[in-house]
Amino acid sequence: MSTITAAENASATTLRERKPAKGSRSSTTTALLMLLPAAVLLITFLLIPIGLTFGLAFTNARLISPRPAEFIGTDNFVRLFQDETFWKSLRNTIVFAVVIVPLQSACALGLALLVNVKMRGVNFFRTVYFLPVVTSMVVVSMLWLFMYQKNGLINEVLLKFGIVGPDWLGDPKTALLAIILMSAWQAMGFHMVIWLSGLQTIPADLYEAADLDGADRWQKFRYVTWPGLRATRTFILITITISAFALFTQVNIMTQGGPLDSTSTLVLMAVRTGFQQQQTGYASAISLAFFVLVLAVTLLNRYVTRDKDVVR
Amino acid sequence: MKLTPTTKRVAVGLLAAALPLSMAACTKGGSSSSGGAGGELTMWTHNAGNKAELAAITAIVNDYNKSQSKYKVKIQAFPQDSYNQSVVAAAASKKLPCILDIDGPNVPNWAWAGYLAPLDGLDATLSKYLPTVLGKWDNKTYSYGYYDVALVMVTRKTILDKYGIRVPTTDSPWTKDEFNAALKKIKASGDFQNPLDIATSFTGEWWPYAYSPMLQSFGGDLINRDGYKTAEGSLNGPKAVEWATWFRSLVTDGLVPLKSGADPAKDFINGKSAMLYNGTWTAVDTRKAFGKDTLFLPPPDLGTGPKIGGGSWQWGISQNCSDQAGALDYMKFAAQDKYVASVARDTNNIPATDAAAAQVKGYEKGGENEVFLDYAKKFAVLRPVTPGYPFIATEFTKTAQDILNGADPKQALDQAVKNIDANQKSNGYFQ
Repeated sequence: MSTITAAENASATTLRERKPAKGSRSSTTTALLMLLPAAVLLITFLLIPIGLTFGLAFTNARLISPRPAEFIGTDNFVRLFQDETFWKSLRNTIVFAVVIVPLQSACALGLALLVNVKMRGVNFFRTVYFLPVVTSMVVVSMLWLFMYQKNGLINEVLLKFGIVGPDWLGDPKTALLAIILMSAWQAMGFHMVIWLSGLQTIPADLYEAADLDGADRWQKFRYVTWPGLRATRTFILITITISAFALFTQVNIMTQGGPLDSTSTLVLMAVRTGFQQQQTGYASAISLAFFVLVLAVTLLNRYVTRDKDVVR
Repeated sequence: MKLTPTTKRVAVGLLAAALPLSMAACTKGGSSSSGGAGGELTMWTHNAGNKAELAAITAIVNDYNKSQSKYKVKIQAFPQDSYNQSVVAAAASKKLPCILDIDGPNVPNWAWAGYLAPLDGLDATLSKYLPTVLGKWDNKTYSYGYYDVALVMVTRKTILDKYGIRVPTTDSPWTKDEFNAALKKIKASGDFQNPLDIATSFTGEWWPYAYSPMLQSFGGDLINRDGYKTAEGSLNGPKAVEWATWFRSLVTDGLVPLKSGADPAKDFINGKSAMLYNGTWTAVDTRKAFGKDTLFLPPPDLGTGPKIGGGSWQWGISQNCSDQAGALDYMKFAAQDKYVASVARDTNNIPATDAAAAQVKGYEKGGENEVFLDYAKKFAVLRPVTPGYPFIATEFTKTAQDILNGADPKQALDQAVKNIDANQKSNGYFQ
C-alpha cells in the first residue's frame, strides 16, 4: 500500500513536473514562431535600413554611379556642420515642433471639451472637426496653397477687416507660421478624438462629488478633468512631437523649403539630397543627425512624462 | 487528423512565417530578364499623361511591328512625375527596358552610369538632326529626339505699338537697356498687373532650362565647360553677379511677379501680364486668343546675344537590353523624317530635321512657326554636358530661387559654386 502510494506520488510528481515543462517548451517554440513574421518584417524594413544608414553616412555612396562607394570618414559630417541650410533646417524643425505641440494639443483639447457635452447634433460637430484628418495631407496642402495666395481667400477675408495680409508662403517671415497653422488645423481633429476618449474615461461620480463640494467649472477642470487625463496627455504629447519632427509633405508641396530656406526641414533636406541630388552618403549623414535628434527628444519626453508616483 | 490547440498554433505560426518567404519567392519567380527575350522589345516612355505624344509614338511602334516580323515592340507608359525614379529603380536591379526616353540633360548622367548604350551606325541619319536634340557623352551619341522647344517672349503687337516699343527681330533683338526701358514703360502705364511674367511658378527642370540662358546671355554659365572641373568664375564671376542683381531687380522694380500664378499663359491671355516668357508650347493657346496679333519674340540680348535652352525628351537604348541589335533596328526605323514630322506636329514642337520641318504645317519656308526653328538654330545652348548635371540643376534652381527672394547674389552664387565643385570633385570629375 505504502509503496504504491509512493509510486503514485512519484509518478504524480513527475507528471506534475513534466507537464508544465512540456507546456513551456512548446509555448516557447510557438512564441518564437509567432514572433517570426513581425521580426522578419522589422529586421528587413527597419533594422537593416538603419544599419545601412549608419554605414553609408561615412561613405561617398551615390544613387547613380558606376564607381563603388568609398569610405571617407567623417567628411560628410564636417560638410554637414558647415552647411547653412542644415542649421536653418534644424532650427525650422525645432521651431515647428516647439510651437505646434502646445498649439495643436491645446486646440484639440478645447474642441474635445466642446463636443463632450450631451446635446443634440453634437455628433455633427464631431464629424466636422474630424473631416480634415480623413482628407489626405496632399489635398489639404494644395487647397491651402490657394488660400494662402497673395489674393487668396485668407487675404480677401482679412481685407474685409481692413488688414492687408502678407504673401503668406512667399515671405520668409510668415512662411513657417503659415505651415504651422495649416498643419495644426489638419491634425487637430485626430487628437480631439483621443482627448475625447480620455474625457469619457473620467467617472461621472467624480464630477458629482465636485458639484457637492461646490466646485466651479474651472476648479472641476483643474482638479478632476486635468489629473484624469494624465495618460492621454502623455500619449498626445508623444504622437504630436513625433509627427512634428517628420514634417515633410506640406513643405514639399507648398514651398519646397523656400523662400530662403525659411521652411526647409531635416527630412526635406535629406530627401532632396538623396534623390534629387543623388548623394546617398550625404543624405545618410543627414538622416543620422535626424535620428540622433529624435532619439534625444524621445528620451527627454520619457523623462518628463515618467511615472512620478513610481519614482516616489 | 484531429488538430490539438498546440499543433494548430504551430501550424498558424508556420503559415505566418512562410508568408513573407513565399512573397519573396514570388518576386523572384516573377522577375524575367530585361525586356528583349523572344524578339519582344520593351519600351518605356514618360508620356502617360500626354495623350498626343503617346499616340504619335504608338503609331510609330505599330508601323514598326507591322514592317517586320522578327521583333515586337511593347510600350509601357509612365507618368512624367515618377518616370525618372522608375528608371533609376529599374537600373539598380538591372531591369531596364530595351528602349526608353530620357530628358536631354540627363543623358550624360545615365550614359556615365552605364544605363545607356551608344547608338552605333546611326551617324549618317543623325547628322541631319538639330545638334540640340542629340544626347552625347564622351564622343558617342546615346540618344536622339524628334523635336526641340524654343523659349520666346510672347506678347501682342498692339501692346508694343501702344507704348511705342520697337518690335525686335532675330537679327536685332532687344538690348538689355531697351528691354528694361520697355518693361518700365508698361509698368508706369499701370495698365497691366505684371509687365512681364517669367513663369516662376513652374518647378523642377524649368528653372535651369529657362533662367540659365539669361545667365549665359550675360556672359556667365552654370559651370566652366572646359573640362567641367569647376564653376568658379563662371557661376560666381562678375558677369554672373550682374545677372543675379538684374534678376532680383526685375522683382524689386515690380516688373515681374515674385511668384507667378498657377497658369501664367492664362494670365497673359486674360490680360494680367503684358508679356510672357515661356516655351513655344504656349503658341497654340495664345494664337487662339489673339490670332495674328500674337508675337513670338526672341529673348533680349543681355550681353552676349540672346540665348535659349536646348534639348528636350530623347530616345535611347539601355545597356542591359538582351537584344541590342533589335533595339538598334527599331531606333533606325523610328528615325525617319516622316516620324520626326508626325511627332513634332502632334506635340506642337519644333521638328528636329529640315526635311521634317518642310512637312509640318507652319514650319515650312515662310510659315508662321519658322521663326521658332530659327531661334532653336541660332540661340540654343545645351545645358552642361556632364554627368554632374542633375546636381548642378538642383543647385542652380535653389540659388536662383533664393536670389529672386532677396539673398545676397555673390554669397548665394559662391555657395552654389562650392557645392557644385565639391560634387564634381567627389566623383573624380566623371572621368
